[in-house]
Amino acid sequence: MEKGRKIRILVAKPGLDGHDRGARVIARAFRDAGFEVIYTGCHQTPEQIVSTAIQEDVDLIGLSILSGAHTYSFPRIMELLKENNAEDISVIGGGIFPLEDIPKLKQIGIKELFEPGAKLKDITDWVNTNIKPRAGVVLQR
Amino acid sequence: MNIVEQIVSGDIRATARLLRDIDDEIPSARDILRELYPHTGNAFVIGFTGSPGVGKSALVDQLTTYYRKAGKTIGILAVDPTSPFTGGALLGDRIRMQRHFMDSGVFIRSLATRGHFGGLSKSTGDMVNVLDAAGKEVIIIETVGVGQDEVEIVNSAHTTVLVTVPGMGDDIQAIKAGTMEIGDIFVVNKADRDGSRKTARELMNLVELGAKKRNGDDWEPQILETEATTPKGIGRLYEVIEQHRNYLLTANAERWRQILQRRAKIHLVGTLKDQALRMLIERIEAHGDYLDEMVRKIVEKESDPYTIAQQIIDRELSWGRQTADGAAEPLAK
Repeated sequence: MEKGRKIRILVAKPGLDGHDRGARVIARAFRDAGFEVIYTGCHQTPEQIVSTAIQEDVDLIGLSILSGAHTYSFPRIMELLKENNAEDISVIGGGIFPLEDIPKLKQIGIKELFEPGAKLKDITDWVNTNIKPRAGVVLQR
Repeated sequence: MNIVEQIVSGDIRATARLLRDIDDEIPSARDILRELYPHTGNAFVIGFTGSPGVGKSALVDQLTTYYRKAGKTIGILAVDPTSPFTGGALLGDRIRMQRHFMDSGVFIRSLATRGHFGGLSKSTGDMVNVLDAAGKEVIIIETVGVGQDEVEIVNSAHTTVLVTVPGMGDDIQAIKAGTMEIGDIFVVNKADRDGSRKTARELMNLVELGAKKRNGDDWEPQILETEATTPKGIGRLYEVIEQHRNYLLTANAERWRQILQRRAKIHLVGTLKDQALRMLIERIEAHGDYLDEMVRKIVEKESDPYTIAQQIIDRELSWGRQTADGAAEPLAK
């Protein structure tokens, strides 16, 4: 990591489910792990999430979802990242996923999925191990 | 296109990345800032400050809607605090601004103070320049929730809006020095609450007593009551901000010049301090555990911080006596 780099994470809740306790707990855990966390509240569309991730130049998007709508919103978010040349932003998910969906989500590029019972420390450790902030932008002359 | 051309043409990704590099003190960011500087000077900068929870984000959100209706592009820099213990931060100002997320004319960036005092992050001044160069016509800075003495916003903004709510303390609070002196516009938000008129009246007294105190500034600060969530009084807030802008640009050009000079001076001195300090720290760190050794000396009373600081400065920085390549050269006048 370049000196002084701080990991920035967007914690987002896509879709209509308004149960944001989990998202708030994880946002707090990321804060306590020394990351800069952007929290935008509930009811976000995939378009809003990707637009925010780009403006905030985050390294990671953490999606919290309990409604079952991950089969729509996760692929859509991956698609939008691609369209916006922002595939370098990693995506993880937390919440309730049917077991058979997990390989499908990983296949479309979701880096990791954390289910109920996951320990906060395991999640923050995962971030520290797997997320490396990008290099600085250089001025080409 | 290189990064400078991308930013000037309004590229969101390039702009966002440079802002991050500035915050993280990546050295190459300085080269880019240098080349962007000629493209700055067109944006109008509004600062919102006030205690935590008075409604700054909600007001910024509402005001943004007004400026968008007027066809202006907006940049928002919203500052929240960094934890003094972990260095982490939870940045939540965006929650109030969701309806602008999909508007390509609005760029929102959440910033953490990262240990900087004064209500802003250390890099806010540079970031204003980047958004200015990226073509944002109006830039709104929302400070961290401030107490009584965080007044740095006046050095970054052309127009400063101080937000308060009813019942924040007795009428003595209103005549104390510090944040209560810096408003060009005072907003009593959550005006549906009891005591709103009383708070507004106290602010009026304050303004009548002190309006002419600032050198060369005969703008009479305005006091407004708003309800950011309904939203009431926002149209009036928009009008008064525009009045202040017109006042600076036409009625009191001298005042405008003063603001530009003050901003430039503070920015220069800040940049100088930063770069000098960074140079100094880098050189000290090159001596291995030198700093730890000095700390030990101070703790064990073998020496004191004043002597050691002077020794380090004398040894590491021979001002005006040496250029980078080691040749002796006096400072140019």
